[in-house]
Amino acid sequence: MPCERSKFPLPPICSSHRAPSTTSRSLLALPRRLLPPGACYTWFSLSLHFIAYSYMSAMESKDENCFFISMVISIGLIFIAIVRVIYVIYQTGKPLRPKSPKPMSTLIVLGSGGHTAEMINVLSTLQKDRFMPRFYIAAATDNMSLQKARVLEDSLVDTNGGKVIPAKFMQIYRSREVGQSYITSIGTTLIAIAHALWLMIKIRPQVILCNGPGTCVPLCVIAFLFKVIGIRWSSIFYVESIARVKRLSLSGLLLYKLHIADQFYVQWPQLQRKYPRALYVGCLM
Amino acid sequence: MGIKLKEMGEIEDSKGRRMVFVTVGTTLFDALVRAVDTKEVKQELFRKGYTHLLIQMGRGFYTPTKSEAEDGSVSVDYFTFSSSIADHLRSASLVISHAGSGSIFETLRLRKPLIVVVNEDLMDNHQSELAEELAERKHLYCARPQTLHHTIANMDSESLLPYPAGDANPVAKLINRFLGFPDD
Repeated sequence: MPCERSKFPLPPICSSHRAPSTTSRSLLALPRRLLPPGACYTWFSLSLHFIAYSYMSAMESKDENCFFISMVISIGLIFIAIVRVIYVIYQTGKPLRPKSPKPMSTLIVLGSGGHTAEMINVLSTLQKDRFMPRFYIAAATDNMSLQKARVLEDSLVDTNGGKVIPAKFMQIYRSREVGQSYITSIGTTLIAIAHALWLMIKIRPQVILCNGPGTCVPLCVIAFLFKVIGIRWSSIFYVESIARVKRLSLSGLLLYKLHIADQFYVQWPQLQRKYPRALYVGCLM
Repeated sequence: MGIKLKEMGEIEDSKGRRMVFVTVGTTLFDALVRAVDTKEVKQELFRKGYTHLLIQMGRGFYTPTKSEAEDGSVSVDYFTFSSSIADHLRSASLVISHAGSGSIFETLRLRKPLIVVVNEDLMDNHQSELAEELAERKHLYCARPQTLHHTIANMDSESLLPYPAGDANPVAKLINRFLGFPDD
């Protein structure tokens, strides 16, 4: 349950702050740049409707020609979707080059204990006027982490004289609690995914910061899908926990291997040697 | 790195007490509590000049035997949880901790001699990686419950190096650069 609902208006859909810089990429980037707000949704749903409709009419008329055409068109659409996914993966990890950088809405995924302490360290060095509004998400069973984030945010209000947009704190269902049976966890996983989707539709962050709790994986995957569909282009930063010296955590490994994280930071040099796309940043603690 | 831990961490209060603080955090780690409660470990601690043993036993079931300080032994006291762990860490001369990164870095920041005991019963034991790495860099000692008394016997807190404070600025710089924000 989100403990505090977002009250201010959401940022506009499809505000593409991420205009590609070179002309070579512009052809594939066209849908993202030219589509007006809202069209991104309709683009996908229209193509799905078209496939369904053309199949149905082909079945009714029993016309082989019509069936063949709809086959070709649907294969074409699937091809476009695959190309788009490849394009998003290709673009992931490419730095943004905005003409005049504006503040970016930022989602911070908090873990428990040590994870939160590391994230708070990162946040306290980031310029708060660049990363706002800020949204914090923690697991529904974890009250401590949000508490620590609140302490940090309260300290900011004091220093800035109340000029900042207040941060939002939300909780997310976990797909599986420790000790839960596998059969019931199918249901809770579905609920957790739906909840993550709902929160992401509401937030549509431009920046996602996460450092390892399992809850960040569904959120980052949804952010990736939003990139593919064209709802929002978000930059995903993942900081692997200092406790990981030789091997990545499961969340880290997934986001690294699937090319979902734009930048992947590790705190030990031996991990960087093992995962060359990662960036070594030294110890955060 | 010139300052040795001995000067920084080892506190002897007005009564000449030298306290060993054992912490398991929020975990269940009876093997550690049982290990520090053994005769060998207590004798080794006394031989090293420690007078008091305070155990934070967390969710554990094994309760150590409380005892007053007598000639030739350390006094033993325990509790389950406390909001003043930081105070206990500060007043300790030696910390024996589970391998949680929170406890480890809190102790290192206070520049206390630290022995981390790895819980071998945990399924996914990635935590030993951190303790072993930091032990290799000579910031702490890493032990198992059964080898704790050897570690205490062989330790020389002067050979430990202070842990340099962490720095989040490199991460912040890379994030800013990626998003196209100018460097300050």
